[in-house]
Amino acid sequence: MTGAGLRIVKPGLLTTVQDLGRWGHQLDGVPVAGPMDVFSHRLANHLVENEPEAAALEITLIGPELIAEVPVTLAVCGADFDVSIDSNPVPTGISFHVRRGQVVRFGKRHTGARAYLAVGGGGIQTPPVLGSRATHLVSAMGGVSGRALAAGDVVPVNESPARPTVRARGLTLPTAGRARLRVLPGSQERWFGDDAWRALTTVSFRISPRSNRMGYRLQGPPLPRQITDEPISEPLAMGAIQVPAAGEPILLMADRQTAGGYPKIGYVITADLCLAGQLAPGEFIEFDRCTEREAVAALIARERELMAQMLSARASEARS
Amino acid sequence: MNVRLAGDTLLLVEFEPAIDPLVNERVVELGHALRARQLPGVRDVVPGYATLGVHFDPLRTDLLALERAVGVEGRTLETITTLPEARVIEIPVQYGGQDGPDLEEVARFAGCSPHEVIDLHAGTAYRVYMLGFVPGFAYLGRVPAAIAAPRRRVPRDRVPAGSVGIAGQQTGIYPIDSPGGWQLIGRTDRTMFDPSRDPASLLSAGDTVRFVPV
Repeated sequence: MTGAGLRIVKPGLLTTVQDLGRWGHQLDGVPVAGPMDVFSHRLANHLVENEPEAAALEITLIGPELIAEVPVTLAVCGADFDVSIDSNPVPTGISFHVRRGQVVRFGKRHTGARAYLAVGGGGIQTPPVLGSRATHLVSAMGGVSGRALAAGDVVPVNESPARPTVRARGLTLPTAGRARLRVLPGSQERWFGDDAWRALTTVSFRISPRSNRMGYRLQGPPLPRQITDEPISEPLAMGAIQVPAAGEPILLMADRQTAGGYPKIGYVITADLCLAGQLAPGEFIEFDRCTEREAVAALIARERELMAQMLSARASEARS
Repeated sequence: MNVRLAGDTLLLVEFEPAIDPLVNERVVELGHALRARQLPGVRDVVPGYATLGVHFDPLRTDLLALERAVGVEGRTLETITTLPEARVIEIPVQYGGQDGPDLEEVARFAGCSPHEVIDLHAGTAYRVYMLGFVPGFAYLGRVPAAIAAPRRRVPRDRVPAGSVGIAGQQTGIYPIDSPGGWQLIGRTDRTMFDPSRDPASLLSAGDTVRFVPV
């Protein structure tokens, strides 16, 4: 990567470039990728006056240290990290300006698993692949050479001017390492009986250490299947809860494959997926069954919440 | 035709729960028809073996209009009884040796010589049913029953790009280096997937593939 941008001193645990995903190519087997918590991604972009499609950095559990080689406006939303500029703390959920040569450092993480660092001036400028800058790690596509950031990378960004500071409260993060997620029954319900549903909706499932952006392996009682045969492989979406023969469910997340042949007991509703994205391995998920009507109402409520925060961010600029 | 929601962002249209060229042709053609309609909110149209997936943005999609379009297009496709002439793509393959480390194994499974395995594999025209697993990976069927060897018990950590494998009655070509459990019988030097190319994928659902020994 040549030219100026954000020079990565320490990459953090898993820092990737993500936009809203590589839609429109799943027929060629190209996975969508995109943010694990789209709410915080969109809000961070809004705070730096980007379009929602702009690419930002998704930061996982341990944050990076980077040097701005050009003056830029930044904002961090999502997981609550200590963030500093040249050792001076800056809060999350706020736009701030960084001068050339200043060091942005992520420190201790308090709540949430993933933060989004949005960059003014249109976001991260890595070359789009099939119309998207989203990094898909398994197919090594998008972002910086299809991989997580490494020390020494220079992530290309445009210069952006200093603007009045705007702030937003941000997503209400899961507390105490657990979240309740609402589930719509799957398209393959006849594979599962009442006993499987009872198990799914009465127990806390622990997110296994063998979880990643593709999916969360869930540790708990196995979900019994009424039919042992595998269904014919069919297209799937983020939020699907698939159940392999051994009964350990897998919640499919941003880097999911385009299709799969395990039966799905249900789908986590879109409104709650941002909460799932804020959970880390070792934390817990509880599931509640819901109806389509409730799913739509929850999504509208979530969207209203985001819009309200975006509007009040603008109002805070007008006041300052 | 069975239309159902999978979660709140995916509509699945299933013609018949079967791996069958005619069923798959309906899936593929319904995909073309819906893509051509450019319905607002629809962000991806994805053929599977027997199911078409229509991914939509629930805040920007008129679900009733989408279901109506699916109904109208789907019903006309249910009357298809013959397959149209497909695009034929030839894939040159170096069978056996280092390129196909499991050729002997498949021959043992089939109780024939490696040459006969090659004749059977290359003597069959395959339909591309769908793509998945990794970008550009096409699921091809059907492999003649005699050589339909099951997956390896222990998958390989790394299968080189271009490897041609068998898994039961499916065959396919690994487009990129990836882990994989299919029985590898040969390798091609064709680039199956290149995101800088248009179209990026050499194969599309509905194509016919012929393997040519080199």
